[in-house]
Amino acid sequence: MSERIASPGRLTVSLHQAGPIPLAADFHCEAGELLALVGPSGSGKTTLLRAIAGLYRPAGGRIDCGGEAWFDAARRLSLPPQGRRVGLVFQDYALFPHLTALGNVMVALDHLPPRERRRQATAWLERVHLAGLEARHPARLSGGQRQRVALARALARQPRVLLLDEPFSAVDQVTRRRLQRELAMLREQIRIPIVLVTHDLDEAAALADRLCVLHGGRSLQAGPPDALFRRPVSAEVARVLDRHNLFAGEVVEEGGERRLAWGPWRLEVAAGLESLPVGERVTWYLPPSDVVLHRRGRPSRGERENPVRARVDSLVVLGGVTSVALAFEHTERTLGFEIATHAARRNGLARGEEVQVSLLAAGIHLMGAETPPATTRTTG
Amino acid sequence: MDWTALSVSLRLAVFTCLLLLPVGLWLGRALATARFRGKPLCEALVALPLVMPPTVLGFYLMQAFGTEAPFGGLWARLFGSGLNFTFTGILIASLVANLPFAVQPIQRAFETVPANLREAAWCSGLSPWQTFLRIELPLVWPGIISALALTFAHTLGEFGVILMVGGAIDGETRTLAIAIYDRVQAFDETGAGIMSAMLLLVSFLTIGVVYGLAGRRRWRRV
Repeated sequence: MSERIASPGRLTVSLHQAGPIPLAADFHCEAGELLALVGPSGSGKTTLLRAIAGLYRPAGGRIDCGGEAWFDAARRLSLPPQGRRVGLVFQDYALFPHLTALGNVMVALDHLPPRERRRQATAWLERVHLAGLEARHPARLSGGQRQRVALARALARQPRVLLLDEPFSAVDQVTRRRLQRELAMLREQIRIPIVLVTHDLDEAAALADRLCVLHGGRSLQAGPPDALFRRPVSAEVARVLDRHNLFAGEVVEEGGERRLAWGPWRLEVAAGLESLPVGERVTWYLPPSDVVLHRRGRPSRGERENPVRARVDSLVVLGGVTSVALAFEHTERTLGFEIATHAARRNGLARGEEVQVSLLAAGIHLMGAETPPATTRTTG
Repeated sequence: MDWTALSVSLRLAVFTCLLLLPVGLWLGRALATARFRGKPLCEALVALPLVMPPTVLGFYLMQAFGTEAPFGGLWARLFGSGLNFTFTGILIASLVANLPFAVQPIQRAFETVPANLREAAWCSGLSPWQTFLRIELPLVWPGIISALALTFAHTLGEFGVILMVGGAIDGETRTLAIAIYDRVQAFDETGAGIMSAMLLLVSFLTIGVVYGLAGRRRWRRV
């Protein structure tokens, strides 16, 4: 059935306006790619999705799909939603309560003769694992089943773009996992751009090929999840992505080599220091996975790499994983990382204990002459 | 039994319903979905006939229908006759008096239709007109039924406004409600009793049929 879906085409979005909802967003999504728009509530994610669908008209910018202009403020062009062929799955699914599951899907197939309409709608429901439930009204379907009807309705029109607005937020955890797996499988068969709006970073990381980080209507950074989580371009992006290990340091030279001065330590950094002038103040970030705890009495991996001493500030046990926050004397900010709970026990980690950790040089990410995180600014 | 009066009453009620239905749909939808500055004022104007004493409303309508008044004068120039003491006159009065009964239930019904259902229909390829017919109309159906029932029943029972504007001309403006009053005035309580029973029966049947229709739904809201 996949060959009947519209030919591939890239979606490019560039929208700008001062108000009432400020927008300064530029991103694109290739055919077959899943792009997740992530950001806190009010960051403009849903507004952007609605603009792509033609349900919201911003003051300025362009939206193109497969070389066709859907919206161009300069030319006063804006195709109506009916003319854009987008499949949109609403957050609350927006199923028509007076129509059956089959009827809901058939609405999107209005361009076909009636018999063909019924046949295709049935096939779509079968494809989203709802065979046998064609005659049910939405009120008699579970949350997960409603989501599937909404997805079938969105795809039935052979859209050129699939838009998903927080599609998994209204179902329970088990259903969510199953629906996410199904979406991942469905993606293999549809070669159109898919834009997913979510505030769940784990979901975005698991499902998307690329993330686009939004804050206050601005697109701050786009890239593969791993790259974004390890190398956020700014402290703002790091905060939106819930990354906390942000610190202020200074570029120094020691023994002919560039180092990152951080309190009493002179840290080695794998990449990025050479291009910065000595004396430059930088914000740097370290992924929690690149903090290595030294074992008591026994040397461990990377022990000689940037060893620093710290005091355990807090320990939070979350099942098999323990979140550790380390405090330092020279800064109010803490360094967070996670270790297996059994490892924390074996190492006798406890609040107030002194520990030694290595900050892996390859993980240290410099953000250049960047505004330091707000908390360091206020604490001087 | 005054069959002529019953026929006038039924004609008046049917015409009022038919003419007010499109108005109620348009105005009710607009008040439910649109946002504009003068909206509370519009809503107050629509509701006004509800709170005014019928004789007061009838008095103002009678004044407006007079050939010296701008509206009545214009009507007389266009159609060659005045509005007071005519069937057309009581029909227009009935339209005004029943405006809130036709608009408010439909407005309430449209208010319960989530905006994103309309948007989902557009994204599915339905034009605004198809969206109205196939998505919105079935969803506001119970509101339409209530509006029709209220308008019909209220028109059958209307007394003050009709009396002020129409008087009691046989076959033209004497409705069943007025005929009952006339019989009581003439000490014909048996006649008044038969006609009252008839009015009660017709009203009950209408409301019964109408609520039966409204209740026939196989779906409920999610």
